[in-house]
Amino acid sequence: MEEKLTLFKNRKRFGLEKNIDLIFKNTTLALSSLVAIVLFGIILVVFFQSFESFSRYGLNFLVTSEWNPVKDEYGAFTAIYGTLVTSLLSLLITIPLGVGTAIFITENFVPKFFREIVGSFVELLAAIPSVVLGLWAIFVMEPFFREFFVFLHKFFGWLPLFSSEPAGRNSLLAIIILVVMLLPIVTSIARDSLNQVPKKLRNASYGIGASRWKTIFSVILPAALSGIMAGVLLALGRAMGETMAVTMIIGNSNAFSWSLLSPGYTISSMLANQFGEADGSQVSSLFYAAFVLMILSLVVNIFAQWLVKKFSLKY
Amino acid sequence: MNSLYYQKKLSRNVGDKFFTSLSVFCALIAILPLIFVVTYILIKGGAQITPELFTLEPNPPGDDLDAGGINPALIGTLVITTIASIISIPVGVGGGIYLAEYSNGGPFSKFIRFGVNVLAGVPSIIAGVFIYALIVSTKILFGSMYSGLAGGMALSILMLPTVIKTTDEGLKLVPNELRYASLGIGASMYTTILKITLPTAFRSIATGVVLGIARAAGETAPLIFTALFSYYYIVGFEDLFYEMGSLAVLIYNFALEPYDAQNKLAWAASFILVISILTVNIFSRILAAFTEKTKRV
Repeated sequence: MEEKLTLFKNRKRFGLEKNIDLIFKNTTLALSSLVAIVLFGIILVVFFQSFESFSRYGLNFLVTSEWNPVKDEYGAFTAIYGTLVTSLLSLLITIPLGVGTAIFITENFVPKFFREIVGSFVELLAAIPSVVLGLWAIFVMEPFFREFFVFLHKFFGWLPLFSSEPAGRNSLLAIIILVVMLLPIVTSIARDSLNQVPKKLRNASYGIGASRWKTIFSVILPAALSGIMAGVLLALGRAMGETMAVTMIIGNSNAFSWSLLSPGYTISSMLANQFGEADGSQVSSLFYAAFVLMILSLVVNIFAQWLVKKFSLKY
Repeated sequence: MNSLYYQKKLSRNVGDKFFTSLSVFCALIAILPLIFVVTYILIKGGAQITPELFTLEPNPPGDDLDAGGINPALIGTLVITTIASIISIPVGVGGGIYLAEYSNGGPFSKFIRFGVNVLAGVPSIIAGVFIYALIVSTKILFGSMYSGLAGGMALSILMLPTVIKTTDEGLKLVPNELRYASLGIGASMYTTILKITLPTAFRSIATGVVLGIARAAGETAPLIFTALFSYYYIVGFEDLFYEMGSLAVLIYNFALEPYDAQNKLAWAASFILVISILTVNIFSRILAAFTEKTKRV
């Protein structure tokens, strides 16, 4: 790239042409800086708007679950807990499912044509808007799982996770719809990293007599691990910020409960629900919650990028 | 002697069979959601498609049984995504040009590329919160609060990383020989970019941008408290400064209504939204596969 630039610089040109060139360059420079400006703008604006609430409640905001606009008391523990639990549990289900699908796509169990169909089906799933998935979840998925939840409560009710009567909209449904949304992300990134593993690693493993799945578990998956981890982290960031489908199906209740079968809350669903009609210190508290969400997803994203950079050049 | 033949009962072969079936099982589960979602939308939404759907205003939820149409939301989605495109395409393409053509891998371009990735990971509702704080609550747009314009701006924040990334990557694929040839016949840098490299990369950039627009069209979270919702026809330019409906927010609002008529309207809107988004996606997929086959290296 550098060579290219100096070649252009050394030319003798008319002043006007040189100026146009310079103006063009600086315009594109300004436009690319806009990304950084927007990013810092978002962080600063959300931080300053949450300042009032931050100075009043401090870190107590994170550990109390009172959310009462009448008494002016705010704590986002239920929402933060809900965000973390729904995203982590959905990820726990998605990882084996997504990686298994990615292995199916990259191995040759079936002819390439079918594998490509599976691959594009999963990728097209990512194109479905989350609000449509929410609509589907309300009218199709919820009735489908209703009996199953009753069963869960009946036989596993002794576990705190299933200890309440199943509500029509609950955290477990939100987790299931999150699995649907995360599956394309994990699958496509896992597939890409599995594809990047050099063929000679596989051949060497076969050569010393390892079976196909011994090769996959001991050679190919470890080699692709960093890429898969990065994909998982990106999916985690996405899950924490996911709003619409979760808001529509989680039930939106600020009452804290260990049970996944009772209605819950996430930070993003709290924002979606209350932002429109909030005023006074409630707005500031919502901005505080938004700030927490942003920090969570920023940390996860930056860590994912660091992971990609650190390990991507290994092979 | 036996060891030369495939032995079914050997633990490694049993294990292999088991894991292979597990992987096939995963793949089967993975394709189920798309099939179910699309089928239900085709059945439930397709049944609601009538000519009036495209021309009428939606009726406010209530006792009247007729829900009306989705004309304002349909037009609103077009208007809001157009605004988002008008903002994010020039900024994104310009920024992408800088990254791919001018920058030399220094700390600044590294930082911007990093920023693009971080911005792509910002939750979409945060974009809405940001625009709410910046534009809606300050009434900076000539005193209007919730407006289609604000909604378009929120969406443009989500589109920006996609546009920059596709431009950057599209331009990087253009062979350097083309740039040297342009230099050789005496063109300046900006002529080379505008006349040679950009047109060469046009198809891949356009595909990425169109996919970004399709994604933005289905985004709801940034719109629910920036553009809000409206039941009324969009008639003129000044409507940009008022609340504006969109298909996505219509689905959200009407899915949560207890009335059957509104729910049906939500399915109809989903039908239109999903069909257009899937069409764009499948078409660009075919186009990309076609380009790959005919690529001259």
